[in-house]
Amino acid sequence: MSRSPRIAVVVFPGTWSDRDFIHVAGLLGWEARLVWHLDSDLGDPDAVVLPGGFAHGDYLRTGAIARFSPVMRAVEAFAAAGGAVLGSCNGFQVLTEAGILPGVLLRNDHLEFRCDWQPLRVEHAAGPWLGGLTDGETIRMPISHGEGRYYADPEVLDELEASGRVVLRYADANPNGSLRSIAGIVNARGNVLGLMPHPERAAEAEVGGTDGLRLLRSLDSWLVAQPALAERRL
Amino acid sequence: MHWQAEVHVRLRPGIADPEGQTIAGGLRSLGFATVSDVRAGKLLRLAFEAPDRTSAEAAVAEMCRRLLANPVMETADWELRADEAAAVEVGA
Repeated sequence: MSRSPRIAVVVFPGTWSDRDFIHVAGLLGWEARLVWHLDSDLGDPDAVVLPGGFAHGDYLRTGAIARFSPVMRAVEAFAAAGGAVLGSCNGFQVLTEAGILPGVLLRNDHLEFRCDWQPLRVEHAAGPWLGGLTDGETIRMPISHGEGRYYADPEVLDELEASGRVVLRYADANPNGSLRSIAGIVNARGNVLGLMPHPERAAEAEVGGTDGLRLLRSLDSWLVAQPALAERRL
Repeated sequence: MHWQAEVHVRLRPGIADPEGQTIAGGLRSLGFATVSDVRAGKLLRLAFEAPDRTSAEAAVAEMCRRLLANPVMETADWELRADEAAAVEVGA
């Protein structure tokens, strides 16, 4: 690898996990920069992260206003070109509202904000964000959300399942009433991951676990295996 | 012309509404024992300008389609009326 991966971390008004991602990027040896939601230029990154939080106060619906921020045109173009995009928690909600991922995240069925360590089953260890994990393994990452109940029409759910796009499922108890215990899905091409858990909060043993770091580290080998990207990185 | 629209955003039928169910439980606890269901939604009151009713209707429909309701989980309907009070104020 000729240089470290460059990560753009998108910040909306109300985003709260942006600096955690910057910190973890440092642990991984990545270059990371914050991109304000009014910027329409991502700065030619190797990957884009939409962190958790409460973009635009979660007003109207989670992610609904963020979808129209100028930076989202650039994120859509980056995703459409096959670039690696990770949306965690509120970032997942933004990706569904933007139509980059199908479905929607509804209010937790018990109405509580749930913040806890959560076991997750890796259903398909592939792509930029999960390629370094193993099919069927159970990992642990924190969840921290009030609106994480994944919902999509039955036909959409069947299509997601049949095409292997349900990549993460809640193991043991379902913490929010998510249909089919879905915790994370990818787009059809597999380059965009949306997940409710927070990998950036599971990156150091001192805070309870490092499975999130393992997940994020998948990006390194994925980038090397992308010929077009590798060429650009020389 | 000035218009006011009251937009009602509702969860689509069949989608679980834990907020509504919780409110229904609260009403039953208060003694309203016959309450069998509550569905929670949103009421949005819009004030805007459009030359005539046809274009005002079209504008509200477009606003609902593009932002106010997410068709995956919600429906929207609205009542539209000419806002004569605002017209008088501006005209004065």
